[in-house]
Amino acid sequence: MQPVTGILKAPPHATFAVSETLAFAIMIAALLVAPFYIYPVFLMKALCFALFACAFNLLIGYVGLLSFGHALFFGWAAYVAAHAAKVWGLTPELAVLAGTAVGAGLGFVTGALAIRRQGIYFAMITLALAQMMYFFALRMNFTGGEDGIQAVPRGRLFGVIDLSNQMAMYGFVLVVFLAAFLLIYRIIHSPFGEVLKAIRENETRAISLGYKTDRYKLIAFVLSATLAGLAGSVKAIVFQLASLTDVHWTMSGEVVLMTLVGGLGTVFGPVVGAIIIVAMQTYLAEFGQWVTVIQGCIFIACVLLFRRGIIGELAHLLRIRL
Amino acid sequence: MIEILGIPSSALFGQLLLGLINGSFYALLSLGLAVIFGMLNIINFSHGAQYMMGAFVAFLLLQYLDIGYWAALVIVPVVVGITGILIEKCFLRWLYQLDHLYGLLLTFGLALVIEGIFRNYFGASGLPYRVPESLQGGQNLGFMFLPNYRAWVIAFSLVICFATWFVIERTKLGSYLRAATENPTLVRAFGINVPRMITLTYGFGVGLAGLAGVMAAPIYNVSPQMGSDLIIVVFAVVVIGGMGSIMGAILTGFGLGIIEGLTKVFFPEASNTVIFVIMVIVLLIRPAGLFGRAA
Repeated sequence: MQPVTGILKAPPHATFAVSETLAFAIMIAALLVAPFYIYPVFLMKALCFALFACAFNLLIGYVGLLSFGHALFFGWAAYVAAHAAKVWGLTPELAVLAGTAVGAGLGFVTGALAIRRQGIYFAMITLALAQMMYFFALRMNFTGGEDGIQAVPRGRLFGVIDLSNQMAMYGFVLVVFLAAFLLIYRIIHSPFGEVLKAIRENETRAISLGYKTDRYKLIAFVLSATLAGLAGSVKAIVFQLASLTDVHWTMSGEVVLMTLVGGLGTVFGPVVGAIIIVAMQTYLAEFGQWVTVIQGCIFIACVLLFRRGIIGELAHLLRIRL
Repeated sequence: MIEILGIPSSALFGQLLLGLINGSFYALLSLGLAVIFGMLNIINFSHGAQYMMGAFVAFLLLQYLDIGYWAALVIVPVVVGITGILIEKCFLRWLYQLDHLYGLLLTFGLALVIEGIFRNYFGASGLPYRVPESLQGGQNLGFMFLPNYRAWVIAFSLVICFATWFVIERTKLGSYLRAATENPTLVRAFGINVPRMITLTYGFGVGLAGLAGVMAAPIYNVSPQMGSDLIIVVFAVVVIGGMGSIMGAILTGFGLGIIEGLTKVFFPEASNTVIFVIMVIVLLIRPAGLFGRAA
């Protein structure tokens, strides 16, 4: 049986990754110029989801674990960050930290439970746990139930920079995104990341080589959940809103779709996938419910026709690493 | 009025009845999932959407063709089963050599498409489906009131569940199926058409979901999202029971329905989440599931 990322094996001569450095430079340049041409709120939304998708990709792309409950970390971190900023009156960076910490904590508990089963069960367990926490969010008082937490103040970063200025807000989101992106890049290229890939390719053999694979899987899960929490917290500050949409299973499905479209197990794929899906939702909003149908069709097309995703296919075609 | 543990007996048994009804649907759906997973190695995420489709086909038959419940009970599983066979022929057959996860992703996409289409044409609000005339009314059992239709749903789903168990575990056809699950190549070598068996298995599993949809139509409103919330609970049921055993799926389904019903009586706040909590406990104590074999 071919593992989920078996198609991703880089060609042998692609060990030296000039292509990645070049792509990274292009990405930074594009993101620096973009706010002068494109509506900044759209860009910030795309960046939040790009970060979310990168966090998700760390798990599916490099450990081969499909979590169908990542909305749990994204949504709950958004709730806590929004609550911290609005009710506790924390500055935005502290609110984001609080949200991220909650993502990490939830990730530890969920991960410890879910890695007790493999493969398909892992996906079902994460989905079920996320649904349970969705019901908690629906019932608890501080989440505001159906209304969510609205009118969250953006506040002043470090008590100094006023984030109600769109450009300042964009700068903050961009810095957070790039820092997290580089962290993920560092993780997957570290010795730790190599062990993760070994688990993805052949867990039994990794165990026989003496690696405590459960521990590695749990650490990877917590890292992924933490970064998903970071994405959710920043999103709550940008849109001044945390709502049930963020914790619903459809959100978990969306992040899977973004990563799949861009390319599982590629560094830049999730970013491209997130931009495409967010753009699609924004520009096709007038079609209402048909957007769901279109998303479903993209899912089917990706699985049947191009499992490598856009960036994966591109990398394969040009025989480079992206 | 009789009271048990400080709860009026009519409320207690009423919720127990509701729990059994939910349990019937959990059992029917997790049974279908287990049968499909056994043969295709695919977790059918669109199972909930196909259950919803069953309810809608019954609704449309009544609305436009004036075909009633009893005929729908036969027609709908066949119709939904045929759509399943088409899905298997067009999409799923390309995935058998790949990781299980692709099957999950593809059927998730299918579920989005099916749900989206129905929501476009019928809106998000529920449509009523009346209980068939011969099953209206109910019996007063002294300690509670038993509506005839609900008694019928429980009895009929028990019959379907045990019939499925019997076919798979006790007949020659079932033995082919179990053999093909263990070693398809060897079974093919004996001259049995395994690909056709796989197609029909998916059609059968999906037909079961459609049948559950028809049975659910008069109890819950017919609505496009009726399947998606249910399927996540059914996933938890499957994790608790494990997919290795047909009888295990049936027992877990009914058992969890009853537990959920009792929770509604004694601790109503937890009734939505109790099955998930049980899943957590089972994962901690018996990670392979109650009826599962360790992987």
